[in-house]
Amino acid sequence: MSKTDRWDEFMEGVWRQNPIFVMVLGLCPALAVTVSAVNAISMGIATTFVLTCSCVLVSLLRKLIPKEVRIATYIVIIATFVTVVDYLIQAVSLALYDALGAFIQLIVVNCIILGRAEAHASKNSPLPALINALGMSLGFTLGLFALGAVREILGAGSLFGIALFGGSFQPWVVMVLPPGGFFVLGLWLLLFAALERRKQRKALEVAQHA
Amino acid sequence: MSIEIRSAPHIKAPRSVEQIMRHVVWSLLPVCAFYVFQYGLSALASLVVVTGSCLLTERWFTKTGTQSGDISDYSAVITGLLLALSLPPGFPLWMGAVAGFVAIALGKALFGGIGFNVFNPALVGRAFVQAAFPQAIASYTPSFLPGRFHEMIPSSMTLPLMQPADMMIWLKAKQLDALAGATPLAKWKFEGVLVGAEELLTSLSGHMAVGPSPLLILLCGAYLAFRRYMDWRIPAAVIGTAGLTAWLLFAFDSTHYPNPFFMLFSGGLILGAVYMATDMATSPVTPKGMWVYGALIGLLTVVIRYYSGLPEGVMYAILLANAATPLIEKVTQPTPFGKRAFSLFGRKKKKASYALHPGYISREDAGAVTPQKRFLSNKPKPPERES
Repeated sequence: MSKTDRWDEFMEGVWRQNPIFVMVLGLCPALAVTVSAVNAISMGIATTFVLTCSCVLVSLLRKLIPKEVRIATYIVIIATFVTVVDYLIQAVSLALYDALGAFIQLIVVNCIILGRAEAHASKNSPLPALINALGMSLGFTLGLFALGAVREILGAGSLFGIALFGGSFQPWVVMVLPPGGFFVLGLWLLLFAALERRKQRKALEVAQHA
Repeated sequence: MSIEIRSAPHIKAPRSVEQIMRHVVWSLLPVCAFYVFQYGLSALASLVVVTGSCLLTERWFTKTGTQSGDISDYSAVITGLLLALSLPPGFPLWMGAVAGFVAIALGKALFGGIGFNVFNPALVGRAFVQAAFPQAIASYTPSFLPGRFHEMIPSSMTLPLMQPADMMIWLKAKQLDALAGATPLAKWKFEGVLVGAEELLTSLSGHMAVGPSPLLILLCGAYLAFRRYMDWRIPAAVIGTAGLTAWLLFAFDSTHYPNPFFMLFSGGLILGAVYMATDMATSPVTPKGMWVYGALIGLLTVVIRYYSGLPEGVMYAILLANAATPLIEKVTQPTPFGKRAFSLFGRKKKKASYALHPGYISREDAGAVTPQKRFLSNKPKPPERES
């Protein structure tokens, strides 16, 4: 595996197959916990831990796991790491634990993790699995941050808890409510769709000129 | 001489979308003028800014080709005027601009432009700002304030993204703070004070935070209905059902519920019934469906006003009925002869929607057997499109 291959493998999750903006997976945490940038990033880190650890473990055990019970096995592996991360966050910051609520435990049913284990880690050796999982996690975290940042800026006038507009900012209450999550996600998807369309049009023009 | 062969209808009324919309705008102008007379400069600024925002958004979306139609069809003007009339007069102008943008972008352009929208665009805009800025949208000023043509209500001129100034301080300086605050509906719901009927009907006696005059709206609506630019069935059904439900509840327990007159002429029920519920793209086309649709709005409004945490329910009632419109249309579709009527509860027997001759015997009753249409399955498949 050459260096460029590894880079491609990594960037696949970050950009080309971004879990949130391209595959539109894992929307439950993406819409529910992205009320602020801090929540979004912590959720991203928790998912990163679970995703990378379980993908590497699944990849190591891929020849031992019988085909018939593979999904159940993946779930047990994922659930183990979710339990670890659940207790870890509880120990580090109880406030954050309360803010994220049930969504930490719900990482276990996050379709990105099971999807990566099934589609990639079970077919590849540990190193590519690790690189791919890291890329996917980074893409997921970036997506959550993009949502959380916009919602915090409009919904509270701050970013990472730092006020941006001074004291008399009018918060857009709707942005911290569930509809706000859908609005912001829709706007981001719109932006990415527009970028994609522009790229295609340019490629078409180039092809016509050639 | 050339003969043109066409299918029906052969005689068409010379009437276009643009013409209908222009008449609706004309009929709205007296309502807007009276609204400005009530609230002065701020109301005028609100009307101009909200409508301008709607027009700019519409222009942008039609120019980029995302949306069909053109701003010259006046539909964005109607959206803007109705949206401004449904907002408080002292609503910060920048929030009004946001509402106008959301109304056109989210309520109309996303669905493909005029005629394709599922929800009334003005109400989509209002619902968004209601959720985003709940305090600002609930702070009304009294009408007929002295000096309303010289100075704006201070909250109007709030800088973008900033909180509006506290209205109470400004009213205290004018020694009018006793009159401040709530609409008649909120006063009834939260303080138990009932406002008199004639005051609501004309909104002329002043010093009360009422919206545009219901009597004037009814007159303008009557003009539209008379000229057949609007179907009278929808407002009739809305007002009738709301009045009837409120009257029944009032007769049942007159200490707990307000009189039906208060129900009808407070808040935005009349404006909603005449101008918002009748939006052609979002209401049913069948006469029977219009009655069902209007009755649904009337009933929901009463239920939301009496039994929910909100003082006003017209907006959500209309939006919900908009969502139900395709179903209502499907159920109330007239049945052509020989076709099966659509039914919510299983399939009905074949039945014509008009009276049959008493001696008529259907093919099935006479024992005739209709052969299966086999040839349909042999229809050549359309060639697959190459992408």
